[in-house]
Amino acid sequence: MEIIMSVLAGLLFTAGVYMMLQKQILKIVIGTALLSHGAHLFIITMGKLNRGKPPILAEDVTNYADPLPQALILTSIVISFGVTSFLLVLAYRAYQTNGTDNMEKLRGNDHE
Amino acid sequence: MSNLVILPILLPLLTGIFLVFFNSKLPLVRMITKVMVIINLIAVSAIAYEVVQNGTMVLKAGDWTVPYGIVLVADPLAMVLVVTANIVATACAFYAFHSLDEQRERFYFYPLFQLLIAGVSGAFLTGDLFNLFVFFEVLLIASYGLIVLGGTKEQFRESFKYIIINLFSSILFVTTVSFLYAVVGTVNMAQLAERVGEVEQGGILTTIAILLLVVFATKGALFPLYFWLPKSYTVPPTVISALFGALLTKVGVYSILRVFSLIFVYDLTFTHQLFIILAAFTLIFGVVGALSTNNIQLIVAYNIIPAVGYMILGIGVFSATALAGSVYYLVHDMIIKAALFLLVGAMAAYSGTSDLRKMGGLIKHQPVLGWLFFIAALALAGLPPFSGFVGKLLILRGAFEEGHYTVAVIGLLTSLLILISIIKIFIKGFWGEDKLEKVPNISIRNKIMPAAFLLFFTVLLGIGAEFFYPTVQSIGDQIIDPINYIDSVMKE
Repeated sequence: MEIIMSVLAGLLFTAGVYMMLQKQILKIVIGTALLSHGAHLFIITMGKLNRGKPPILAEDVTNYADPLPQALILTSIVISFGVTSFLLVLAYRAYQTNGTDNMEKLRGNDHE
Repeated sequence: MSNLVILPILLPLLTGIFLVFFNSKLPLVRMITKVMVIINLIAVSAIAYEVVQNGTMVLKAGDWTVPYGIVLVADPLAMVLVVTANIVATACAFYAFHSLDEQRERFYFYPLFQLLIAGVSGAFLTGDLFNLFVFFEVLLIASYGLIVLGGTKEQFRESFKYIIINLFSSILFVTTVSFLYAVVGTVNMAQLAERVGEVEQGGILTTIAILLLVVFATKGALFPLYFWLPKSYTVPPTVISALFGALLTKVGVYSILRVFSLIFVYDLTFTHQLFIILAAFTLIFGVVGALSTNNIQLIVAYNIIPAVGYMILGIGVFSATALAGSVYYLVHDMIIKAALFLLVGAMAAYSGTSDLRKMGGLIKHQPVLGWLFFIAALALAGLPPFSGFVGKLLILRGAFEEGHYTVAVIGLLTSLLILISIIKIFIKGFWGEDKLEKVPNISIRNKIMPAAFLLFFTVLLGIGAEFFYPTVQSIGDQIIDPINYIDSVMKE
């Protein structure tokens, strides 16, 4: 199970990096979203995938799921949700103001 | 007593939230900001005094015992930096009242400003690697808001790059933390420090260390990951540039200092040797950038990079002297970068351009500004009796003592080039023939005052070095031997 999840996270990272290297702003934003999904899957995998076990450690519980990655992933999801929505608005405003969504044209050599 | 530790985060956070509700009443917002930055400065100074006198304070959030809960650790290093950050914040707040246009002030400048301070203080104080990521995000999201504030063409163009590069490094940060959790089984920094020595997984841990270095090097503008910095720091209004230049990169440097003195210290020949090489390149490339341009704001922004080089050099040498130098330089650099950005902003506002070729003879119109800039330039280059000299002296003395002659000589030569790059502004901008077509009818006294306030601390840190040095040296001793830090966190 961990192997499958790791491969999946790896695929998401690959796709995300590929998308980030595109010229169109929207594709870059989608790339960051894919990357953060990959990172989240990664966090949950790192704490060992124990399905159907309680996330607590008590006297008589010997087989438990690690609760910490679940707490970490929640925080991380909230943050990336906020940043992605901000980024979408920013991309739209940047497109409106600059009149282009091509990063090649936004190099900014004229700012001297 | 240890509950006080949360105050440097809580005060600006609550003020920021509070200010959102009063956004339409601008005079009230300004008033609250004025009062709260001063209260905050006094509060953190009191806590810092307490910590330096009586030792590290630790707050266990919710009273959870150490590996399970989040801890905030106010050790002398963190508190010294929090105080410095708040000094810079106070100066910037007072500068903002007189430099920002009303529209920007109305669009939530002050709430974002307070949240930025909360994030920076939190990043300095946290004792938990994942929590460090969270506070990085707090300060970054505030900075995303500040960098686009105003919405000009240049701002949109550069802020997009700034946000993407920071977002990418944040994602890498989370991934690296989860790697580390898988190997070591904790994210608490003190416990990490204990366990890293025990698990004997040298190879994978060094890989993780370098991944973390990439993350912090991106935030802290280290060679070869500094390319995003100069332009994105010069497009927003002056006061925001000053905040970014003084605080954001320094949080990255602080994280390197903390992580590579506390956790990853088992393979010094590899990691810290790498730091020295990176520091040498950072010094050279940063100062070459500063020499290459005629835009006064870009010159100051490029000068952030060699300063980061010096601090990384101190961390790389890793002796008590050099680390104390890095801390001294960190404090000095936060103050002087803010002061320089503010002074250069005042120059640009007065002469109506930031192109050095179109300036000249400002000393006749603004003598006070001119001489303050001269002091700032000397302090930046590290000439005695100002604060830059002490930090640089300690770092370079440490480098010579440990036998890193090449990089120490590069450091000395870089100082000279920094002096050339910054004194160029003074010679061409303040001396020479008067190029102002008509004398602008604006008063910049209110813009000079905050910069003078910051320069006062530069002079104080330089002349009063005898007084501050023992404290800084004891911080350096604690960094190199972190048993004090670990014990105060791990004890019940």
